[in-house]
Amino acid sequence: MIVAVASGKGGTGKTTVATSLGAVLGTRSQILDCDVEEPNCHILLKPTILTSDTVSLPVPSVDLKKCSLCGKCGEVCQFSAIVQIGKTVIAFPELCHGCGSCSMLCPDKAIEEVPRNLGVIETGMAANLEFVQGRIRIGEAMAPPLIRAVKNRIKSNKFVILDAPPGASCPVITTVKGADFVIMVTEPTPFGLNDLEIAVEAIEGLGIPIGVVIKQI
Amino acid sequence: MKEITIISGKGGAGKTSFTASFAFLAKNRVLADCDVDAADLHILAQPKIVHQEDFFGGKKATIDLNKCSHCGVCIENCRYGAIGQDFVVDHTACEGCALCHYLCPETAVTMEETLNGKWFISETRFGPMVHANLIPGEENSGKLVALVRNQAKVIAEERNMDMVIVDGAPGVGCPVISSITGVDHVVIVTEPTMSGVHDMKRALELVRHFNIPVSLVINKWDIYPRMTMEIEEFAKSENIQLAGKVPYDRAVTDTMVRRRAVVEVGPGPAADAIIGVWDQLKQRIWQ
Ligand code: SF4
Ligand code: SF4
Repeated sequence: MIVAVASGKGGTGKTTVATSLGAVLGTRSQILDCDVEEPNCHILLKPTILTSDTVSLPVPSVDLKKCSLCGKCGEVCQFSAIVQIGKTVIAFPELCHGCGSCSMLCPDKAIEEVPRNLGVIETGMAANLEFVQGRIRIGEAMAPPLIRAVKNRIKSNKFVILDAPPGASCPVITTVKGADFVIMVTEPTPFGLNDLEIAVEAIEGLGIPIGVVIKQI
Repeated sequence: MKEITIISGKGGAGKTSFTASFAFLAKNRVLADCDVDAADLHILAQPKIVHQEDFFGGKKATIDLNKCSHCGVCIENCRYGAIGQDFVVDHTACEGCALCHYLCPETAVTMEETLNGKWFISETRFGPMVHANLIPGEENSGKLVALVRNQAKVIAEERNMDMVIVDGAPGVGCPVISSITGVDHVVIVTEPTMSGVHDMKRALELVRHFNIPVSLVINKWDIYPRMTMEIEEFAKSENIQLAGKVPYDRAVTDTMVRRRAVVEVGPGPAADAIIGVWDQLKQRIWQ
């Protein structure tokens, strides 16, 4: 069973609900903080961290000795992350999505993939609760690949709780995808309601059942 | 012309209420709501839309099942697991990289533009406002933020305005980066809670990463005065300008319910403090 705790608006008490759920379920459960931009579960759970691993994304590095300056890489890259200009090829690793198109389609096999650091995944124990969190490297823009890496640590024999990021765009979708149930936490204010509606619309498209918790009534 | 962005790291710290109040206090400004995936500023600003346009942020793959020979090259190489065993592309997983399009021996994959949202130019009682709605669940919020900021700057220049006030997004990821790069000043709104401070520090690290002048505001400072003191000490030791402290005040929520910025309604503890913060910020921005 995988339950994601989300909220359109930030600051509604999402993390309190997620961690309380984990504390009640104890040994049977595992909590994963997927709010990799601002992970907060650790503040409430105070886990002992046992492992820490860097997560990276493969980005291109061009060997100009092999490169025939054909320009194929710039043509195939959909994210303007690599371009051939004059007698050189310039990569913009921070724009790269790590799709592998340029290295795979380069006719000269001149492109190698090197890692770009996205952040870390830490695991540990908070009392008898298994704890996992992702923390994005400051300056890194792309949360979804790190969130996917966090979710790779899901243990299917556990009751899994995912603390989702706020909002309603790709990081939220990446988190709640594959969950059996989504708990939406909101507050009774015009901002709370507006953001709830947006988030519900985003998640409804995935066909996951949703329940709403209203805080600070 | 100056561009300032209000962010908070943690959501719910009061960022949008502050943005609306600053907008009321500033004269000659354009507003830009860059919290495009959960935009709230329109609730207070009640914009009258005068222009709107679709936003196409990227492409998604579609496989023509009549052409597809089920060779499986696309499934094997897609790094996002976006293509199912039935050769149907899951558009919520597809990043639009087009690798499948280039690899498919049957040329069965086409890349089609997807509508990611809409953006608007509006008139409000705070002056012109540029805002946007990302279609819920869609991506490319960073690109949409860049577009909104650009439009706001164009309007500011056309109408000879002195300032663009940007409401940023929570977090430290793509939409936030896109809403602060190159601005003249960033205001971080925080609150004296453990998570508020934790998130503020990460937001601050991000702003410094881009070398942007920054001021800090502590909202609801009196809900936990000891933590407020710690924040003040932290700010001093890190050499960060504190633009002021705003007390907890029911009027902030009450005026939000009435679709008003708190400073519009008249004097009160929060309103008075926000006016003080704004005076500080103005000096700093134009110094
Ligand atoms: S790996 Fe993909 S996104 Fe990155 S530079 Fe190459 S083609 Fe562009
Ligand atoms: S365009 Fe890229 S992400 Fe989308 S299905 Fe094809 S290979 Fe996968």
